[in-house]
Amino acid sequence: MALNSKIPSGPIDSKWTTYKSTCKLVNPANKRQIEVIVVGTGLAGASAAASLGEMGYKVKAFCFQDSPRRAHSIAAQGGINAAKNYQNDGDSTYRLFYDTIKGGDYRAREGNVHRLAEVSANIIDQCVAQGVPFAREYGGLLSNRSFGGTQVQRTFYAAGQTGQQLLIGAYQGLERQISLGNVTMYSRHEMLDIVKIDGKARGIIARNLVTGELERHFGHAVLLCTGGYGNVFYLSTNAMGSNVTAAWKAHRQGAYFGNPCFTQIHPTCIPVSGDHQSKLTLMSESLRNDGRIWVPKAKGDNRKPTDIKEEERDYYLERRYPAFGNLVPRDVASRAAKERCDAGYGVGSSKMAVYLDFASAIERYGKVEAHKEGLQNADKATIYNFGKNVVKEKYGNLFEMYEKITGENPYEVPMRIYPAVHYTMGGLWVDYELMTTVPNLYALGEANFSDHGANRLGASALMQGLADGYFVIPYTLGNNLADDIRTKSIPTDHPAFVAAEKVVNDRIQKMMNIKGKESVESFHKRLGKIMWDKCGMGRNEKGLKEAIEEIKALRKEFWSNVRIPGEVNEYNPELDKAGRVADFLELGELMCIDALQRKESCGGHFREESQTDEGEALRDDENFMYVAAWEFKADSQYELHKEVLEYEVVHPSARSYK
Amino acid sequence: MQHYTMNLTLKVWKQKNCKTKGAFETYKVSNISSEMSFLEMFDVLNEQLVAEGKEPIAFDHDCREGICGMCSMYIDGRPHGPWHQTTTCQLHMRQYKDGDTIVVEPWRSNSFPVIKDLVVDRTSFDRIIAAGGYISVNTGNAVDANCLPIEKDKADESFAAASCIGCGACVAACPNTSAMLFVSAKVSHLALLPQGDPERKVRASNMVNQMDKEGFGSCTNIGACEAECPKGISLENIARLNREYIGSVFG
Repeated sequence: MALNSKIPSGPIDSKWTTYKSTCKLVNPANKRQIEVIVVGTGLAGASAAASLGEMGYKVKAFCFQDSPRRAHSIAAQGGINAAKNYQNDGDSTYRLFYDTIKGGDYRAREGNVHRLAEVSANIIDQCVAQGVPFAREYGGLLSNRSFGGTQVQRTFYAAGQTGQQLLIGAYQGLERQISLGNVTMYSRHEMLDIVKIDGKARGIIARNLVTGELERHFGHAVLLCTGGYGNVFYLSTNAMGSNVTAAWKAHRQGAYFGNPCFTQIHPTCIPVSGDHQSKLTLMSESLRNDGRIWVPKAKGDNRKPTDIKEEERDYYLERRYPAFGNLVPRDVASRAAKERCDAGYGVGSSKMAVYLDFASAIERYGKVEAHKEGLQNADKATIYNFGKNVVKEKYGNLFEMYEKITGENPYEVPMRIYPAVHYTMGGLWVDYELMTTVPNLYALGEANFSDHGANRLGASALMQGLADGYFVIPYTLGNNLADDIRTKSIPTDHPAFVAAEKVVNDRIQKMMNIKGKESVESFHKRLGKIMWDKCGMGRNEKGLKEAIEEIKALRKEFWSNVRIPGEVNEYNPELDKAGRVADFLELGELMCIDALQRKESCGGHFREESQTDEGEALRDDENFMYVAAWEFKADSQYELHKEVLEYEVVHPSARSYK
Repeated sequence: MQHYTMNLTLKVWKQKNCKTKGAFETYKVSNISSEMSFLEMFDVLNEQLVAEGKEPIAFDHDCREGICGMCSMYIDGRPHGPWHQTTTCQLHMRQYKDGDTIVVEPWRSNSFPVIKDLVVDRTSFDRIIAAGGYISVNTGNAVDANCLPIEKDKADESFAAASCIGCGACVAACPNTSAMLFVSAKVSHLALLPQGDPERKVRASNMVNQMDKEGFGSCTNIGACEAECPKGISLENIARLNREYIGSVFG
């Protein structure tokens, strides 16, 4: 099937306006007859379900957590970008568009990204109207900070809890629609398959996680807002329950998977402390506004960080990238940390960490505050106390979290950080309307591949999730469903539902009947290790080929030796997890296959064979300026389709932050 | 910081589902590192149980960074355990020493029925929000965000109330199982903002009525909720809710 991205024609800054003014509409009476299924209730899902409910569609929303408010968007810390230019520092829609395209290393679609930049300002307006308590200045207006990969201040935030506040806003909107009867909520439910009728997505099979029963749900359209698949690495900053199952089932039903190997490794996470580690905790990128990253200049220097003098420290990001310094994009910062640690300059007991130091920020802010108080010759302790209070107000909750986890006080000693898997730019391939290659099946937010190319800039995930849910899908869904107004609700005793349910049930029974010896957790850990070692921050042909074989073998072992305690028809978290790990065991292979075919380095994808003499990523636009969209043929068989990227406005150049 | 390992005894509430009676069971875990989180210690125990062919303990958890509000263990008589303003997932094992016994129960409240072991049903909280915990603004209705300046102090106060994670520790801590801290945090978050003003009366009364319908107890100003809240939500919010509620009835 040829890929048609359906980008509207015309100049870049009028594509979306033209689309909105010419797309087909569904009249209010017909909307009431149309049912829409939304899977996942994070920023994309909750905002889509609420908005579609407001418009009059009959919506059913699903989440595996006990409440829609718990989706992992809640854990986003730093902020959300918007081209408001409130700081008068030269920001504009074009600049946000440009930064995102460049940040994504020229592997994202211009049309989608420009639309994202256009609606970014509306998102902030909408959130403020809902009561999202963004940080404000003393004049009562909204405050901004900067994030990596940009030279303007366009990030809106609510302390280090921006995701929480945005999600609560969307969740409240969703609950309002639930109370009005426009949305029906199914929490503790997991989608286990898509139901297709005449080639179109017309429903899902979901499992009630409390009772274990399988349920059939009809929808004229199905929206997957199910987040990313970073947990394929076992250790990541994702929530324990985050999984690829919904997206993977869709993929097996014909939805192409776009750029699966594009993974974001976030530079500032708390390092691994031992084999018991179950997840990694992010320390927001916003910390790089004020924190300076360094390692000792001497190899294997075991002194306390506070004993290492200024001239004995290597602020390697400031040294290598003077123009952006500590605020280089995530992929660049992560690789630089790995490079220093691999070269023997790492710190901490594992030597796989670098310092993130706030001492100079505390001093700088302290001096400003002392000056405000009229203290010209304040002593060091006074300045420190003033400065500490400022830093506390900005990042207090992050500092507390760091201290709880490590037992160290980051006001006194620098934080130790190391990169960790955080976000997946890859996802289900979608066109401009967010529709996958399965008609009537959509993917929104992190679950799709569309806007971040090979590397996502900080504070852009929240922006994309809400853009898709609040401002894109309400238009694009109508354009399609306008042709579906004569389709009556299909009863769920239709053979397609019966057959889909049987497939799901058979798989569950098969898994339960293995009765092997090894736990699900153990398989997941082993998969994670393969992925991190061979498809992580650095990738090469040999490693990837090995990984593919190792994953195949591990998958075989899983299906013959996994042990799942308990019963099917009860609350059984081990069974839920087994299904998710089984899907990760398939996805992992595809990620390696994708990484293997992309013989260039771009964004978060670093092929060791493709680098400059200085160790920077070397892109190959001539051969790889495309989206790799994979079609599922059979187990371990995938066909590559290429969507060639055409840059009409931005001219791809070597991405330099020097 | 000095790291160490320890052996522990755990007394954990086991209950098959909401229809059956539960009881404590005793487990031993060994070689627990002081660097582990409390839930990682439970992971170790569950792996051990699976290896022994037994059923692992069901417990709610998701983000493991203290923000999603899903984890909910009642540890040695305190919701989320002994650390001040800390969720269970952020409690770390350096709190404990070799030979300790730890008792773990689910949230206890008729309005939070047990689903299994340590997992409870908190959908009553969602229904309270659905009763009025929002600002009625449809997508696309908004004016420019900076058209509405808000005093920094007010915005900060609103944010502090909005930082509630909806975990239910306040209910679990309260001898009356009152949900007033949860409800008041939402009412305060929205009442402190000019955007929330038009609906403030109806919001307060609808949310309180739903809270009563769900069977939560009354507030008798004990203050255990504030003491145990992992996010430090202040009792002042309850005072504000009372004013808002009285205003909605008599105002």
